[in-house]
Amino acid sequence: MARTLFEKVWDDHVVRRVDGRPDLLYIDLHLVHEVTSPQAFEGLRLTGRPVRRPDLTLATIDHGVPTIGREHGITDPLSRQQIETLVENCRENGITLFGLDDPRQGIVHIIGPEQGITQPGMTIVCGDSHTSTHGAFGALAFGIGTSEVEHVLATQTLPQSRPKAMAVDVTGELPAWSTAKDIILAIINHIGVGGGAGHVIEYRGDTIAGLSMEGRMTICNMSIEGGARAGMIAPDETTFSYLKGRPHAPHGDAWDAALDYWRSLPSDPDARFDWEVVLHAEEIPPYVSWGTNPAQSVSVDGAVPAPGDFSDPAEQEHTAHALSYMQLEPHTAVTDITIDRVFLGSCTNGRIEDLRAAAAVIDGKKVHENVHAMVVPGSGLVKMQAEQEGLADVFTAAGFEWRDAGCSMCLGMNPDILQPGERCASTSNRNFEGRQGRGGLTHLVSPAMAAAAAVAGRFVDVREWSD
Amino acid sequence: MEPVQRIEGTMAPLMRSHVDTDQIIPKQFLKRVERTGFGPFLFYDWAYDHEGELRTDFVLNQPEYENAAVLISGPNFGSGSSREHAPWALLDAGFQAVIAPSFGDIFRNNSFKNGLVPIILPEEDVSRLAEIAADPAARIAIDIAQGTVTAGGQTTAFYLDPFVQHCLLNGLDDIAITLESEADISTFEGARPGFKPSLA
Ligand code: SF4
Repeated sequence: MARTLFEKVWDDHVVRRVDGRPDLLYIDLHLVHEVTSPQAFEGLRLTGRPVRRPDLTLATIDHGVPTIGREHGITDPLSRQQIETLVENCRENGITLFGLDDPRQGIVHIIGPEQGITQPGMTIVCGDSHTSTHGAFGALAFGIGTSEVEHVLATQTLPQSRPKAMAVDVTGELPAWSTAKDIILAIINHIGVGGGAGHVIEYRGDTIAGLSMEGRMTICNMSIEGGARAGMIAPDETTFSYLKGRPHAPHGDAWDAALDYWRSLPSDPDARFDWEVVLHAEEIPPYVSWGTNPAQSVSVDGAVPAPGDFSDPAEQEHTAHALSYMQLEPHTAVTDITIDRVFLGSCTNGRIEDLRAAAAVIDGKKVHENVHAMVVPGSGLVKMQAEQEGLADVFTAAGFEWRDAGCSMCLGMNPDILQPGERCASTSNRNFEGRQGRGGLTHLVSPAMAAAAAVAGRFVDVREWSD
Repeated sequence: MEPVQRIEGTMAPLMRSHVDTDQIIPKQFLKRVERTGFGPFLFYDWAYDHEGELRTDFVLNQPEYENAAVLISGPNFGSGSSREHAPWALLDAGFQAVIAPSFGDIFRNNSFKNGLVPIILPEEDVSRLAEIAADPAARIAIDIAQGTVTAGGQTTAFYLDPFVQHCLLNGLDDIAITLESEADISTFEGARPGFKPSLA
């Protein structure tokens, strides 16, 4: 029978299938970080269960790390305890850890692909909802809770009920200045924040196939913002050439065997999806989010809505609530919104290509005097590469702060937070109330849009911008 | 996990849509390495003002709702971050069930694993429960085996996956169940292709 990419990967990992029970899936790679794992390791200790496959487990420290002054150690006692707990748990259980002194340290969803350990056809889990990022390689990758982290540590498997298959087709040529970030914001705007619930989305079509691996990761990353369990993209030559030669990619005969398998994974031509959505790339402008969830976004040449623009009373109330939190008047033009902060980074847009795109916009310009802007590379290796390419100099010359790798102001568990009422152009993935700091006002944008906003002190339409 | 068979008590209505896990338990409280002690920080940004004073207009701060066992809320409850601290905080604050028209998938999974029961009911039923809950003394009874919610003299059925229901009723530990399939796991491991990556 014709099968989708998702169904093939799923079927290849079923350890046990019993009627009336969730399938038991084998997990090829388990990524671990300091925030969602301590209680899981504690659970193992209490029950006397060992970690079954330390060799299929990779840990890093990202959520709570400072991005500046690391030589002074971690000053927040609770973050320090959390980090020390992870170091100890990894040591005790023989788990590889990219610690603070390791150049490979970085955001958990950046380091896997970078090391070539994220590969097509794998099952990958992590106690983090943006694990969907790894789906860009044609892996089935999804976020889990701490009890499930414990379950995977103990058994290297996970009981899961099979989600439904959904296809999002994006076709046509993307306009200049529209990016992968704008595609995914357009998709979420279209399907809604709960739209993908219970589904695994396969992103397809010539627009998606034309994207780099970095762009594909940006799209899969935000699948969860559309409510989906995971996002996937069929592996192709772009995928293979990205992987070839990376530290953990197969080589020699193993590469050939892997390649044969990977080429068998794309959805069969007549495979059926439970739900299909089509978007035209030509109609995707640069987006700016105006509200408190990622579906509340609008074209940069548009205006924020008014509650009365919606017919559904619940939607009206939700809009009113979001506008009030965001301190925005209805029908304000997006380009009239001034900003105080710029955050360039996160697992959505903290890769080398993102930094290149932003650097191209600000080269030779200065950050606006009212704006405090920072770049937080997604990993130590991204940071190093950006320094070698001269991007770091472009950023610092323009007045951006150049930081060490971590999640930073994407969620503000470390000292990088917005103050109440501060308005930020952010390349991250969530504009929830208080996400970047209590009372902070987040607008989600692409790296190029964030860079332009840093210079202008307000949102600008990069398409018409030459300042 | 303790078995969960029947939940009885009062309700608290928090009628907002898309209550995400960043709201349920904000990130500054995720630094504990234990599973307990999160209750006081539940909905922190809504419960306290910028000076750290209790907001008396927030429904869960009203003394009449203090002992509520069931939270009634809007669609897409628990969306966003995978933090299991969200169900831990709800349990720690005394909630045993949440009733909403829909839930974030990961939150729903996490809840079951901790014996917090997320119940999906159609929007009209949730609204009706919220109206009943306007009286803080109104009681609700949830029967897990029957799959029913009873309040205001009316009983409504809800669906639970039979296996999830079985685990709740018997307080079964997922890991122990899986380890019964140890032989299958070993066989599967023996047959994994050699090109799969490993950190060994
Ligand atoms: S960068 Fe943000 S979204 Fe990504 S893993 Fe870190 S906190 Fe989560």
